[in-house]
Amino acid sequence: MAGVRVLVGTRKGAFILTADGTRRDWKVDGPLFAGWEMYHLAGSPQNTDRIYASASLGWFGQQIHRSDDGGTTWTPVGNEFTYDGDVGTHQWYDGSQRPWEFTRAWHLEPSLSDPDTVYAGVEDAALFRSVDAGRSWQELRGLRCHESGPDWQPGAGGMCLHTIIQDPRDADRLHVAISAAGVFRTADGGKTWQPANRGLNSGQIPQPEADVGHCVHNLARHPARPDTLYMQKHWDVMRSDDDGASWYDIGDGLPTDFGFPIDVHAHDPDTAYVVPITSDEQHFPVDGKLRVYRSRTGGGEWEPLTHGLPQEHCYVNVLRDAMAVDRLDDCGIYFGTTGGQVYASPDAGDTWTPIVRDLPSVLSVEVQTLP
Amino acid sequence: MTEPATTTAIRVHLPTHLRKLAHIDDGELTLDVPGTVTLGGVLDILEHHYPVLTGTIRHHGTDRRRAFIRFFACEEDLSHEPHDTPLPEPVVRGTEPLLIIGAMAGG
Repeated sequence: MAGVRVLVGTRKGAFILTADGTRRDWKVDGPLFAGWEMYHLAGSPQNTDRIYASASLGWFGQQIHRSDDGGTTWTPVGNEFTYDGDVGTHQWYDGSQRPWEFTRAWHLEPSLSDPDTVYAGVEDAALFRSVDAGRSWQELRGLRCHESGPDWQPGAGGMCLHTIIQDPRDADRLHVAISAAGVFRTADGGKTWQPANRGLNSGQIPQPEADVGHCVHNLARHPARPDTLYMQKHWDVMRSDDDGASWYDIGDGLPTDFGFPIDVHAHDPDTAYVVPITSDEQHFPVDGKLRVYRSRTGGGEWEPLTHGLPQEHCYVNVLRDAMAVDRLDDCGIYFGTTGGQVYASPDAGDTWTPIVRDLPSVLSVEVQTLP
Repeated sequence: MTEPATTTAIRVHLPTHLRKLAHIDDGELTLDVPGTVTLGGVLDILEHHYPVLTGTIRHHGTDRRRAFIRFFACEEDLSHEPHDTPLPEPVVRGTEPLLIIGAMAGG
């Protein structure tokens, strides 16, 4: 029987949650890498036994681990992320220029087609790629060396490249999102990059419609309609129907359009999910009610999903990489909170159940759909 | 015939996270360090025997100490000493360990 494996990264280790296709009874393994900040774990779409994990600590820096048996055993692989060539500078919080300095890998994105190829989005913002299953990493320097690079500045969480979206039609086409620079896309495998932020409007920067400088929180794409992209921005939920060339607002109907994660139903490109958060100053749900919002119309109309979620006294957050969907017929959806809960819905969001309640603060949630 | 290189057995204490990472079961390990025993020489040998520790104590490329790592020996803080400074005599004699410590910085 098909099943799922949920990969959970937390502030103090990783956990692997597994269930059969009913997604009712869960086995919880962990903590793995106890004590390490696990920004992200991600499995290869080509080989579900192959999982990559990013572990970091302020004391000891970055580690990348790889499993080739579905997370039972792990091997540390390459941890050297060296910017290629002249490091250059970017804008710091106080407006001064500061040299790029590697801090950690926020996001790992295994290739859609090759289990040995994996991308890493890092802080300070840059994109690295490994083609030897994580043993060595090479920067795709065209992104960091974009002419706008000196104007990029950190968001509150650091200047991070946190989202990597592959195009199922062409492995050379990628979108990335950087806080706070915005979206960039390449059509030549990362050699050259163009900003893809037309239509964004951010009141927190001097020129609200500037090409670069937007605090994009997360992107999502459905493989069956790859020209459509969804975006959760610092404020605003946005959509593009032209591969990111332009964006329009789809946030009408939400209680607030501030939030972090966004995702798309596995089998319906018009069904999207967000978790509205009160504001940039209040990173918790509106009125203490934890509600996922679902649009079945590609945005613009949203319905709250509350069954099984706390509807009073709830003041957790859901971070940008902490929501994911499985690919079973009825599309399970999962998210983790800064309060350590991981919720699962086996029915596309209609009902929710906590798999675990008391983990460390959850940084990331990914799902593998098992044969 | 070449004389075998003279080595000195140096006791090294590592933080728990790094011992686990390197699969070092004991609380302390002993490294045979050739030539004059310096802090940098000990770290070179440590990383040679345990490549997984490369980048965890010193930055890749520059060998600069990571900000929240400290080096103590004989109740002295050696963290700010040049890496070619000889280690104290009790460390060289093996009566005292070199302590590699994660700084008290939260967590």
